Parts: sequence; C-alpha cells; structure tokens
Amino acid sequence: MSILVVAEHEGDALKPSTLSAVTAAKEIANHAGGDLHLLVVGKGIDAVAEAAAKVGGIAKVLKADDEAYEHLLAESVAPLLVGLAEGYDYVIAPAGTFARNVLPRAAALLDLQPLTDAIAVESADTFVRPIYAGNALATVKMNDARKLLTVRATAFDAAEAEGGSAAIEAVEAAGSSDQSRYIGSELTKSERPELTSARVVVSGGRGMQSGENFAMLEQLADRLGAAVGASRAAVDAGFVPNDYQVGQTGKVVAPELYIAVGISGAIQHLAGMKDSKVIVAINKDEEAPIFQVADYGLVADLFQAVPELEQELSKVL
Amino acid sequence: MKVLVAVKRVIDAYVKVRVKADGSGVETQNVKMSMNPFCEIAVEEAVRMKEAGIASEIVVVSCGQQNSQETIRTALAMGADRGILVQTDEELQPLAIAKLLKAVVEKEQPEVVLMGKQAVDNDFNQTGQMLSALLGWSQATFASKIEKADSSLTVTREIDGGLETVEIKLPAVVTADLRLNEPRYASLPNIMKAKKKPIDVLPAADLGVDAAPRLQVVKVSEPPVRQAGVKVGSVAELVDKLKNEAKVI
Ligand SMILES: Cc1cc2nc3c(=O)[nH]c(=O)nc-3n(C[C@H](O)[C@H](O)[C@H](O)COP(=O)(O)OP(=O)(O)OC[C@H]3O[C@@H](n4cnc5c(N)ncnc54)[C@H](O)[C@@H]3O)c2cc1C
Ligand SMILES: Nc1ncnc2c1ncn2[C@@H]1O[C@H](COP(=O)(O)O)[C@@H](O)[C@H]1O
Repeated sequence: MSILVVAEHEGDALKPSTLSAVTAAKEIANHAGGDLHLLVVGKGIDAVAEAAAKVGGIAKVLKADDEAYEHLLAESVAPLLVGLAEGYDYVIAPAGTFARNVLPRAAALLDLQPLTDAIAVESADTFVRPIYAGNALATVKMNDARKLLTVRATAFDAAEAEGGSAAIEAVEAAGSSDQSRYIGSELTKSERPELTSARVVVSGGRGMQSGENFAMLEQLADRLGAAVGASRAAVDAGFVPNDYQVGQTGKVVAPELYIAVGISGAIQHLAGMKDSKVIVAINKDEEAPIFQVADYGLVADLFQAVPELEQELSKVL
Repeated sequence: MKVLVAVKRVIDAYVKVRVKADGSGVETQNVKMSMNPFCEIAVEEAVRMKEAGIASEIVVVSCGQQNSQETIRTALAMGADRGILVQTDEELQPLAIAKLLKAVVEKEQPEVVLMGKQAVDNDFNQTGQMLSALLGWSQATFASKIEKADSSLTVTREIDGGLETVEIKLPAVVTADLRLNEPRYASLPNIMKAKKKPIDVLPAADLGVDAAPRLQVVKVSEPPVRQAGVKVGSVAELVDKLKNEAKVI
C-alpha cells in the first residue's frame, strides 16, 4: 500500500493545506499501512521540493518540474497524475481549486470515481464528507480499488513542516497538451495572512454597502493580524474580489476567531465558517440567522461598532 | 455553434434539508425541487450566446428520473431549443453521468458543453472535468467570463488566488461559476412556448455505459449542531469576553 499526496504550492512555498492533506494521508496509512510520497508539480519548483522533503513522515518527494506544468493546466497535469497513479493505492490532494480542476479529470481517465472534500477517515476505504452545504454528513465507502480523493484542509491538523529528510526524485513530464494556453492572471495581492489558514478572519457582507467601506474591516483585520473574507453577496456586488468568498461554493475556513460583519448567515455562508472555534457576529438585525451560530453576538450598526471595536482592541492589543 | 447544456434537478438551494431518521439519506418528500443554481447560470450563458449570434442551437440534457423533465422545461423556458432526458431510476454518480453525457455528445456533436461547476446537493464538483477527460476535450472550470474567437474560447476562471484567463481550443467543456452572469426568470409567454418544445427521452440503459455507483453511502447523519452563544451589550463587553473568556485575542 502506498499513498501519493499531491502538494498545493505557490511556486516557492508549500501551501499549509498540503500539510493538512499529509495528516489525512497518515490517518489512512494508520488503517491501510504504506509509505507516503509527496508530489510537487510545476516549473522551477526546487524550493518547494526541498520544503516538501522536510515534511515529517514523507518517504519520498516526486518532483515533476517542466515547462508544461508552469501554469498547472488540467489538460497537461492530468496525464501526469494518470501515469503516476499506477504506482499508488491512494492519490490525495487538498480540496483547493487546483485539485478540483485536475483530480476529477485524471480520475475519469483512470475510470475511477473520486471523492470530494473528505473531512474524516473512518477506515481504509470509508470517509465522511459534507453534503447539502454541510447540512448533512455522508459516510461513504469507496469501492474502486484505487482511491482518488480531495480532503478539506480545515478538518485535519497540519503535519510537521520540519523534521523529515525525504529523498527527492525527479519524474519525467508526461508530455504537454496544446489544448489550452495560459493567458494571464489577476491575483489578489495582500500582506495579510492567507484566508484559509489565518488564525483570525474578519468577513464582511452586503451590509458593508461598498468596497470602500471594506477599508474599515481591513483596519480591524490588521489590528488582529487577520485575513479578510466576504459573503457571496459582497463579492457579487463587486465590493471585493472572488477569492474572498467564504462558503459552500467558496472557501472553507475554520479559524480560532471568525468575525462576521453585516452578514445574515445564509446556510451557504455557514457552510464555509461554522467550524470556526469562536464566532462573533455584528449585525443590526437581531433576528439574523448568523446569531444562531455566533458565540458572541452584537446587535449594532456596523458603521459604529466596527470603528469602536478597532479602538477598544487598540487598548488591549 | 451548437451548445449542449447539462442540467441537474436538485433540492432547492434555499430549502433547509433534513436528514432522515433512519440515516438512509435526506428527506425529499414534499420538498421544493429546482434546477441546480450553477446549471441555471450555464443555461443563461448559452442563451446569451444565442442572442449574440454565437450559438446556433441550444440542447439541454439531464440525466435522472422522469421528473427531471421539469428541469429541462425550465431551461427551455429560459430560451434553450430542445431537451434530452437520459432516463433512469438508478442513483447516478459523476463518473456515470459523465459517461452518459459523453454518449449524448457523440450523438449531438456540439462544439461546447456548458455545465455548472457544482451540484449543490452532493457538492461533488467533478462532472464537467470528467466529461472533458472522457471526450479528450479541453476544459475550463469555474468560469466567470467566456469569450469566443474563431476556434477557441477565452475563459476567465475563479481560482483560489483570484482570476486566471486561459484560451482553450474547441471543442470544449466549460463549467460555470457564480459570477458568470445573473440568470433570467422565464417570462410567462416563454413558459407557454416551452411547453411546445421537444424533449427526447433516452433510456439510460440504451446508451451502453456502465453507470453503476462506485461510491456507497453507508449512512447520512446530522452534523453537530453549534450552540448559539450570548448577545453582548456593547463593544467593550465583546472585547472583554474575547480576551478573558474565549481567550482568542
Ligand atoms: C448556489 C449558491 C451558492 C452560494 N454560495 C455562497 C457562498 O459560498 N458563500 C456565501 O456567503 N453565500 C453563498 N450563497 C449566497 C447566500 O445564499 C446568501 O445570499 C449570501 O450569503 C448573503 O450574503 P450577505 O449575508 O452578505 O447578505 P444579506 O443576506 O443581504 O445580509 C446582509 C446583512 O447585513 C445586515 N446589515 C445591513 N446593514 C447593516 C448595518 N449598517 N449594520 C449591521 N448590519 C447590517 C443585515 O441585517 C443583513 O443581515 C450562495 C447561494 C447560492 C444559491
Ligand atoms: N444528473 C445530471 N444530469 C445532467 N447534468 C448533471 C447531472 N449531475 C451533474 N450534472 C452536471 O454536472 C455539474 C456538476 O455537478 P457535480 O459534479 O455533481 O457537482 C452540474 O452543474 C451539471 O451541469
């Protein structure tokens, strides 16, 4: 038995979600036994491969470093996974947009039915995953001999980033596809912590009224060392970029502290944040459903409460 | 350009679903059903392509039970031309749906298949990618903008870090994200007109694919319920609680 974990990285560093996927893989190995290998795909990824080799519990790092993988296009990466999967019983990746794009494509080529968003490992072949925006949990047995799955980073602790000394093995590129071509990207640049791994998240909703007003939340976030998130309504209205969206169809976060400002608490939003340790809601409507999950609810006008909160925090932080 | 749109009938996104007491699934009796919201966005995009003279014909397809015809009818009322129901009472999982859709694509020969990025019942987010793989076509998932050139599409995709733009050769599978468009409501005259549009019914068994489920749902359970906490009277009290009670700041 052996397990291949597909790393999520940012060109020069592993994303924290990769460490969570490694933990999920270790839990599977506890049931099924076997070595853990970590695959790093991209172009010019020596630094990532070296970081991967230090992750605790990894026996080997596979490095697929090639021009063809520079932009991680599905048509090129899927054939690589197909070739490598032959040698493994499990292929696991953190459930970000990279794996969501590529893993099902590889699975179909292998005639396998993958599983999305595992949040718990019950046994070597049985996993728990949320369905219906987290309103139900399904315990699912995978009957295919080879198992491809994505795991939710928030559901598994991070594995040790240091301490390992795995060998790095270069793997041949599986050829590239000319079916698709990368044109460009508009990535959100921020000095703040990354949303899905931040210790504190401050999110704004439609109640913020404008993108300019998010400056208020950013100030609050900076005071707390927090990331800034948003509801779908705030993204749809153009207040903030798409990658701020927390929820069923956006990002899933589970920080120590989540502060929801001017967010009503629709099930699709709750799906992305209700596993946060402490939830604070600031909303002027005392009936807002967000208060049903909030540890601390403040019924107030956010335009008064947020600056005041920042002031109060400045006294204690 | 002929466009195929795959649509799924799901429990309405705004219904609070309930887990059945015996753990076999969720309650579907007397529950409002709708077209999966991401599929609505895919249909809307196809209709806009037709209005812009880019799409020549829009065929909607759904795999499932007889009652998925209602969902197809909704798409016809939004502006699609005709429908295909791949009918079965069996449970279908993404790989099986991708295989059934592939069979339909081979018959219909569209240049583009538009789908939703995710069905909000099972939350799989797989089928488009799998169909594209089985067809050997190019793919663009999570689309927030689609522009057509001669033999390609330029698609802006919503990814974890922001937006990415790719150019994909036709034929292609594209899956819709939330910001692609805002779906229209079908007008009454269009709902009437849709009643006369044709829907072909193909028994899934006739398509010659292995559609047996590979995932076995052992049980469905309630998620742990989060207890509501307290309301605080002031910002100062909030800060005090966060510091001294919750100890998170
Ligand atoms: C297919 C699908 C997928 C979806 N995916 C997601 C998702 O991933 N994430 C997500 O968030 N949503 C998602 N949604 C949308 C979701 O259903 C809600 O529409 C959305 O979360 C509402 O955002 P909101 O709370 O910001 O806006 P609203 O529901 O409009 O709430 C605004 C809140 O702000 C409060 N408010 C207004 N002014 C003030 C003020 N001055 N001071 C204090 N409070 C104020 C109001 O009382 C209200 O409670 C999805 C929906 C669908 C159909
Ligand atoms: N039964 C079905 N019939 C037709 N299309 C489907 C069906 N199930 C899923 N799809 C398509 O695949 C998309 C993604 O679904 P999923 O992979 O299940 O999250 C949906 O938005 C539809 O476009």
